Amino acid sequence: MSVSYAPTEDLELIRTTARQFLEDRIGLETVRELMMSEEGLDRGLWKEIADLGWTGLAIGEEHGGAGYGLTELSVLLEEMGRLVTPGPFFASAVLATAAIDTAGDDVQKASLLPRLASGEIIATLAVFEEPRGWDLPSLATTATADGTGWVLDGAKPFVLAGQQADVIIVAAGFDDGIGMFVVPADAPGLDVTETPVLDPTRRQADILLNGVRVDGSALLGGGESTISLRKTLGIGTACLAAEQVGGSQRCLEMSVEYAKTRYQFGRPIGSFQSIKHRCADMLMKTEHAKSTAYHAVRVVDDDDEFAIAAPLAGSVCSEAYNWIAGETIQVHGGIGFTWEHDAHLYLKRAKASSLLLGDARYQRQLLGQAIGL
Amino acid sequence: MTDTDYRRVDDVVDELFARHPPQSTEPEEFWGAQYDLGLAWVWHEEGFGGLGLSRKDQPHINWRIEEAGGSTENRLSNLLGIAMGAGVLTTHGTDAQKQRWLRPMFTNQEIWCQMFSEPGAGSDLAGLSMRAEPDGDEWVVNGQKVWTTLAHVSKWGMLVTRTDPESPKHRGLTYFVVDMEANGIDVRPLYQITGEAEFSEVFFNDVRIPDENRIDSVGSGWRVSLTTLMNERVAIGGNTVPRGSGRIAKAVDVWKRSGSADPLLRDELIHLWAEVEAARLTSARANELASAGVPGPEGSIGKLAWADLNKKITSFTLDVMGLEGTLYPGGYQLTRPTSFDTSMPQKAFLRTRANSIEGGTSEIMMNILGERVLGLPGEPRVDKELPWKDVPRG
Ligand SMILES: Cc1cc2nc3c(=O)[nH]c(=O)nc-3n(C[C@H](O)[C@H](O)[C@H](O)COP(=O)(O)OP(=O)(O)OC[C@H]3O[C@@H](n4cnc5c(N)ncnc54)[C@H](O)[C@@H]3O)c2cc1C
Repeated sequence: MSVSYAPTEDLELIRTTARQFLEDRIGLETVRELMMSEEGLDRGLWKEIADLGWTGLAIGEEHGGAGYGLTELSVLLEEMGRLVTPGPFFASAVLATAAIDTAGDDVQKASLLPRLASGEIIATLAVFEEPRGWDLPSLATTATADGTGWVLDGAKPFVLAGQQADVIIVAAGFDDGIGMFVVPADAPGLDVTETPVLDPTRRQADILLNGVRVDGSALLGGGESTISLRKTLGIGTACLAAEQVGGSQRCLEMSVEYAKTRYQFGRPIGSFQSIKHRCADMLMKTEHAKSTAYHAVRVVDDDDEFAIAAPLAGSVCSEAYNWIAGETIQVHGGIGFTWEHDAHLYLKRAKASSLLLGDARYQRQLLGQAIGL
Repeated sequence: MTDTDYRRVDDVVDELFARHPPQSTEPEEFWGAQYDLGLAWVWHEEGFGGLGLSRKDQPHINWRIEEAGGSTENRLSNLLGIAMGAGVLTTHGTDAQKQRWLRPMFTNQEIWCQMFSEPGAGSDLAGLSMRAEPDGDEWVVNGQKVWTTLAHVSKWGMLVTRTDPESPKHRGLTYFVVDMEANGIDVRPLYQITGEAEFSEVFFNDVRIPDENRIDSVGSGWRVSLTTLMNERVAIGGNTVPRGSGRIAKAVDVWKRSGSADPLLRDELIHLWAEVEAARLTSARANELASAGVPGPEGSIGKLAWADLNKKITSFTLDVMGLEGTLYPGGYQLTRPTSFDTSMPQKAFLRTRANSIEGGTSEIMMNILGERVLGLPGEPRVDKELPWKDVPRG
């Protein structure tokens, strides 16, 4: 297996365009506004993002996308992570899109993917029920056959972008295992309540399903899809890792910049070894994080290697980001503990993102299984 | 404490309880009586809230008051005064100053704050710029302080200023107690990462301080500041708490309620518990050795240990909570908090990030331990003998 990590021309172009757009349009000022806003999302910006082709970057050309892969998509995530970009991109363009792409049949893909690519709809994936139930123990949300359709009952308390989504893909247990059902957000019996979150740049909702009826065609792939769901979560983990890399890199830059310009005792604080070494440690951890994330997104089509690479990236990147974001506050001293300074945006993103799809301990469990330990 | 000391203290406590039943007396009145009987700071001289005993007799008194249903809440709500200001006054203050300030401090009628840090001077406190210039029997003060906890509710502020910019930085400082209601003081909220504003920026514009509010001599502000800081570190890190209480208790509680059967989490929890217990026993041992007077640099061990542990425990607690740890019940509100309540684990996680910064950073604690306790050579100093006005500031 030979994998190249060198950035291609396409990747470079995606990166520079993304950075330019994000810095110009969704700088940290805007992030703060969106973070404190009611909806946590600016639909006009979402449309702009879609028009740039971001929502369809990894969707096939036959479905109105750009036909790129996870490697290209992850560059966007990395750039968004740098600026803690708010909104449902991860929920919609990564998780929900991957779920449809891996589990859906041709008809379902043809009906959903073009609308996701164009930004017409926002979607999300509702899976977890238990606070640490990342390994998908038997789901309490059930799907019961009803004529040609299904009736869904249960609760999903931690749904990313739940309130922003037009379509919610619900994982529910039924006879054959776990199925993924496409549920419109306005379906009768579906109750969506926004929950306040640690990281207000990425919203969540508490979703109740009370006798929600869907057609037979709502079941992705027409049957059981546990393997596709696990693959989807692996893709999510790899993309989240890329986002964590972006955040880590930005924290490193902020810390180094401050260490060079902040004077105490008549010298820059970066001249004290405890700060200098900390920055060097941040660099090492960021580079390790990059390596694992870049590797994971490049081997997504090799199931055996991806089973190792995704949890490897998941554990390394979330630990790195948590540590780096915390130390960024420390390097900044009092100013780093203020609302006004940006460090806390990264701290909150780091901590929350490390718990979304499984913490580092859980990722290491997956890794252990994959390497036969 | 010797047996006779115990008997003496217990007798006085009994007398306090007999005259002012702890459960039915208004706290303010109770604390006043406690002060008058010498049970406020038992190591102070008689007449100034003490009985001339040892610092380590105090926990026993506090324990008896709490057990009898009385309140020791003043020690928290006026922490900076009672734990730090009082030590400064007894070490450096005149009798008149002690007379004026100690009692209303202890009864919580007058809250105190500490105005040391400035935008340009945090770890390097001695590098501060706030200028005080003499004018008759007053001083005129200009400049800015920052991160002043409780400034918005305080009556008095402990203030370090520069009175001589020509001297090397440690030598040109003078310490005052300033009336926070004086003209020319502007207190503006500074919000922290929880959205709350425990602290403020404080701007001084031609603020006049009477010379009688100067603590110790002109130019000895650094010495007085050190007394304040030593007391602060002991106040932050030196308390002996019951075994398994506080943040680790919360972590244990969250872990139990989670019903987790994960052996990894259990091991990590026990590991943290053990580290907490080691730190707790170290505090207990140090307190036993500590005599009356100014605490020594060893106080930095407790400060360092608790900062690190608090951060680790609260982060671990969110991990135990898993996806629930990503929620923030109540959301963020930009407010002046009315309490320091951090019983919500998510808020505790955020708030404890400051533990390794406030009251001196962990890096500074390690420098103190390395240099002042272990006698290791210091870093080369570029600023020490330079006139303060010539020190590089970036
Ligand atoms: C919640 C909170 C409450 C506070 N309350 C008060 C208060 O009531 N009154 C008050 O006066 N102040 C208060 N402070 C301020 C606090 O004392 C300072 O923040 C602290 O001393 C650090 O100073 P600084 O923020 O300027 O950081 P800096 O001193 O600029 O430090 C930045 C980084 O450089 C490191 N560094 C600096 N010098 C050295 C060195 N020589 N060797 C190695 N590393 C070094 C620091 O450790 C830190 O990591 C409070 C702070 C917080 C966070």
